[in-house]
Amino acid sequence: MIYALCILLFLLGLYGVMVKRNLIKIIISLAMMTNAVNLFFVLLAYRKNGQVPIITNFNTASTVADLAVDPIPQALVLTSVVIGLGTTALMVALAIRLYHSYGTFDITKIRKLKG
Amino acid sequence: MMGMTEIVKTVAEWIKGFIIFYGLYIILQGHLSPGGGFAGGVIIACAFIMIELAFGGKRAETELDEHKSHNLDEIGALFFLFLGILGYFLPQIPFFANVIQLYWPGSPFHILSAGSIPLMNLAIGIKVGTGLYSVFTGLSHYDPLYQEEN
Amino acid sequence: MNMVSLLPSFVVIPLFTGLILSIKSKKMWYTHFIALGSTILLSILALLTPLENSYYHVGGYNDFVGITLAIDPLSRIVLIMVQVLVFLACWYSIGYMDHYTDHSRYYALVFFMLAGMNGILITADFFNLFVFMEIATLASYALVAYGGKSHELEASFKYLVLGSVSSLFVLFGIALIYSQTAALNMFIVSERLDFSTPIAWLIVVMMSAGLGLKSALFPFHSWLPDAHSSAPAPISAVLSGVLIKAVGIYVMLRFYFNIVGIENAPLSLIAWLGALSSLTGVILAMGQHDFKRLLACHSVSQVGYIFIGIGLGTYWGLLGAILHMINHAAFKSLLFLNAGSIEHASGERNFHQMGGLAKVMPWSNATSFIGFTAIGGVPPLNGFWSKLLLMLACIMSGQWALALIIACVALMTLTLFPKIQKYVFLGDLPEKFKKVKESPLSMIFPMLILCFFCITLGLLLLVPSWREYYLVSAVNVLLGGKWLGSSYVP
Repeated sequence: MIYALCILLFLLGLYGVMVKRNLIKIIISLAMMTNAVNLFFVLLAYRKNGQVPIITNFNTASTVADLAVDPIPQALVLTSVVIGLGTTALMVALAIRLYHSYGTFDITKIRKLKG
Repeated sequence: MMGMTEIVKTVAEWIKGFIIFYGLYIILQGHLSPGGGFAGGVIIACAFIMIELAFGGKRAETELDEHKSHNLDEIGALFFLFLGILGYFLPQIPFFANVIQLYWPGSPFHILSAGSIPLMNLAIGIKVGTGLYSVFTGLSHYDPLYQEEN
Repeated sequence: MNMVSLLPSFVVIPLFTGLILSIKSKKMWYTHFIALGSTILLSILALLTPLENSYYHVGGYNDFVGITLAIDPLSRIVLIMVQVLVFLACWYSIGYMDHYTDHSRYYALVFFMLAGMNGILITADFFNLFVFMEIATLASYALVAYGGKSHELEASFKYLVLGSVSSLFVLFGIALIYSQTAALNMFIVSERLDFSTPIAWLIVVMMSAGLGLKSALFPFHSWLPDAHSSAPAPISAVLSGVLIKAVGIYVMLRFYFNIVGIENAPLSLIAWLGALSSLTGVILAMGQHDFKRLLACHSVSQVGYIFIGIGLGTYWGLLGAILHMINHAAFKSLLFLNAGSIEHASGERNFHQMGGLAKVMPWSNATSFIGFTAIGGVPPLNGFWSKLLLMLACIMSGQWALALIIACVALMTLTLFPKIQKYVFLGDLPEKFKKVKESPLSMIFPMLILCFFCITLGLLLLVPSWREYYLVSAVNVLLGGKWLGSSYVP
């Protein structure tokens, strides 16, 4: 059920990228899509009544292996969030320079390359 | 870039040291508790961004200007790469193995315990912090009349 | 230490060179030499890799816990292709980058792209593949926008948005793979992925959509003419020559043949999409006025040929596809470097306004003549052999419609390029081009080396020992079927 909501968020972002005409709205839709995929990845790790996957003096390794939520997707999503940060920064920098070159944020008017 | 009012300037001056200290704490305890290089680096970047927002662009350039932050960025990445290659200088160690753990192991749950992992966290923290600060500075100081941007 | 333990150096050396080169940010004379030396070292290392399947465990952890690097004959041939082409592009950049100001940032971005591509070719772990794919494509987005002019920024933005969407589809597919098999190592995934559940088909669809967008398959090809024509000329050569192959086609080959298995992969759909994209590419290319945009549209059609070869799934089809991949890297890069040399000398890209440049630029004339005959498929140059193999493969599988489409597109290609030769090089020289000089030597030598490859790559097919060593071993890796677990005792 909750995975279907993640896919719905992904599809809403995809709708935004395809239909919207303002550059900033396209950037925000892409950020929404990235968030949807990262959320889906983290939610895969859930285990009912699970514990934190950290080994301390009180939480020995065997209890962590039996009862903890999965730590692998959490580590992977950290990397993915930083990649999304880099992509968004590059897109915003390009949007600023496009505004200074063309004078508008509307993608239907930024069409020097045709054919 | 314009700064903000007197109250914001005074408080920012006092708090910036605490924020950098908190960021360093999260970086160095990355192998014992949640956090690590990425989160700590973002907090360190936030300290410098707070100075820039409160005082304006000119004061932030005296603290950490573009060239210095770019050089720190590269040094962080080279340090991380050096930690990966460290095994090649010793016999039969594969790439990216935890060499320091093999030769100087510490006792568990202490701060000097997990080998080269705290050092890797430090390298990532420097890189992410200065990288995020460079992005912010580059985007806010963009001058369209200065054509030699590339 | 033996050769396998030097496998991570394919990623370490470009990263190290890129970081060293970006510390100083003005025009320094030594940046060119560091770049050239690094790429020569990588090419020598690529030629020395062992032929049999080799594995390397990063950090000493075994397959179930850590990341494995694997190299087999298919990775080997693409690795050699990537290193040699980036070396030639770096050599060409010495002369071409005179009218850009910041060399060290350019070389840093080129080396990050090279590190990303090498990482994709040697890794055997899905999330590692995703991270290297992002590194390579982010560097290429910045390189397309390198000149800072308005049309380059627009092309880079379009490329960025479509590339990010495709990366997100691939990441979604990887998340679904993890949910089904609880592993990310390619060997273990191919053992555990079963196709009786409908989610496995969703995985195939998501990964195909993402990878198809990255390699410019038919419905997703619209970013390629803009992006590849707005980049600086050596970058266009690298993008069109190796990036769409290493990031799109190589990963798709691994995914379809080694992980999903031939009987489960939607191969006939890929063959028809490849046929449609080859037709679309050639028809788009016929209506262009700009030299580089025409070459970029034609890249769509040649990539369509490679997909027809993949979609057939037989021994001859795959042999033709791999040979065409190598041939296309050779002659399309040669043509892009040529277009760059013409643009560098005369400042003009619209070939209706050019003419008679053969008198002032004799070397460019000769190399472009060889490039045009190679791409048209004239024997005994290399284009002929791969197109012949693909047509024979279609006829042997009984797909007569695909063979007819291949023949039509080859004929249209053959009629397209001599027209350009006539417009650009032959005829009278207009007044404004009287002072044009030939390009500097550092730009001519890479073109000559690529001409040599165009003439002799046909021997890769004809000489039996070379064919066995390079091509047939790669095809046998793909036809070997699904990887069944790790091939050694952990």
